Amino acid sequence: MTMETIAKTEAPPFLEVKNYRKRFGENEVLKGISFTLQKGEVLAIIGSSGGGKTTLLRCLNFLEIPDEGELYLGGERLFGADEKVKVSDARVREKRLHFGLVFQQFNLFPQYTVSKNIMLAQTLLAKQDFAQKKAAFAAARRSAPKEKRTQLKAEHKKILTEIRSGQKEAIEKKTLSLLERVGLSEKKDAYPYELSGGQQQRVAIARALALSPDILCFDEPTSALDPELTGEVLKVIKGLKSADSTMIVVTHEMEFAKNVADHVIFIADGLIEEEGTPEEVFEHPKSEKTQAFLRKSLEELF
Amino acid sequence: MTFWSIVAELGEGFLVSCEIFFITLIIALPLGLAISFGSMARWKPVRAVIKTIVWIVRGTPLMLQIMIIYYAPGLLFNVRGINNFPAVIIAFGINYACYFSEIYRGGIESISKGQYEAGQVLGMTKGQIFFRVVLLQVIKRILPPMSNEIMTLVKDTSLARIISVIELLFVAETFTLRGIIWPLFFTAVFYLAFIGILTIVFGRLEKKLNYFKV
Repeated sequence: MTMETIAKTEAPPFLEVKNYRKRFGENEVLKGISFTLQKGEVLAIIGSSGGGKTTLLRCLNFLEIPDEGELYLGGERLFGADEKVKVSDARVREKRLHFGLVFQQFNLFPQYTVSKNIMLAQTLLAKQDFAQKKAAFAAARRSAPKEKRTQLKAEHKKILTEIRSGQKEAIEKKTLSLLERVGLSEKKDAYPYELSGGQQQRVAIARALALSPDILCFDEPTSALDPELTGEVLKVIKGLKSADSTMIVVTHEMEFAKNVADHVIFIADGLIEEEGTPEEVFEHPKSEKTQAFLRKSLEELF
Repeated sequence: MTFWSIVAELGEGFLVSCEIFFITLIIALPLGLAISFGSMARWKPVRAVIKTIVWIVRGTPLMLQIMIIYYAPGLLFNVRGINNFPAVIIAFGINYACYFSEIYRGGIESISKGQYEAGQVLGMTKGQIFFRVVLLQVIKRILPPMSNEIMTLVKDTSLARIISVIELLFVAETFTLRGIIWPLFFTAVFYLAFIGILTIVFGRLEKKLNYFKV
């Protein structure tokens, strides 16, 4: 082991998932999944369909709530199935914002243009923020002495106008830079139905990035695409890789997992069957299930 | 009596028909949405109650419902009931809300789960997801069945004459009692004109929502 890998393994994990279990009725889909992920790493999750990959991703995004397990992000305990009190909707939403999710079916909002798709959630959050500030100002005015209130009101109004235009400018700027990043600047006024599947998925990626999630998840991002369109999407995902973007990609694209991921997890029947670096998993798989799966996915290619 | 004086009288009846039409819409469109939420509620008893109400309302003639609301308070409890116009409005409002609710439900359930989930992972509230993401798609989907139902409402206003609301058909019938038959047939002109306008309006609305595809 080199010095570098030692340092890496000893750093506290950015994301830690402990013993995630989830059942739907009789069917136990996740049977105790634990893994860790460092900041800036790309984790690829592979495995045959029905093995629990997508459910795991949905649990990370709180679209499903695990029956058992804990989740730590940046040292903070974000989820624990043992918590007795029901978590409020607002709290769940806050938690979700740590994660972004790109869907297999893109799920763009059809009635909005590309740029509005990317801006919508940002705008709503900005509005919420603005309303809170406004309320805080109003409270401050109420507690101020009467003769000062008119003056304060004018001041506050000026600040609020500035905040609002600042928000608007920031959102527009961010949206444009995101569109540039996914290579779709010229499509900003197009509607989703006017785009190819690959372009739609790239917009979906930009939309997920717009809220700057700590961890961006991809649920088989190229499975719904024609083969000739997968390349452009994978290229964009690869281009996102940087020291501060942490990603989890559920994928069937073995080549992509091999080339882009820092860490690979093979899930079978709700359990982690094998994990390690791409080299370890793809070149020297230890488990028989992994070997069989890899053989099969190679066969499909030819 | 000249032709025009009769048409003017018919016109007054038609205004009452229009009143019934518009007030019913103002009540039934939002009420129907509320009922559709009830019929999709997570809590089973709520669903059961709403479904029973919708079953009863859709399962009995509107004319009977009008009569029940108008006469029942007096006949059953010996209290003074409500006037005929409000009675008609209540009956129409509830009746159409129930039909609308099923149209809304169909539209809402036709929206893919992915749209809700996309909103959820972007940190939107349930209200934001419904009003900012889902609603316009629902409206686009339900516009054709909605226009059908609304056109039926135009003609159903004539049922109000059963409790002597002086709407278009009621006025025409008073002429027949005096031996003038043609106004009865002439009422069709009013209905046709109204439906014609609605056809154009809904056509335009559909076209307007053609800018996106769901």
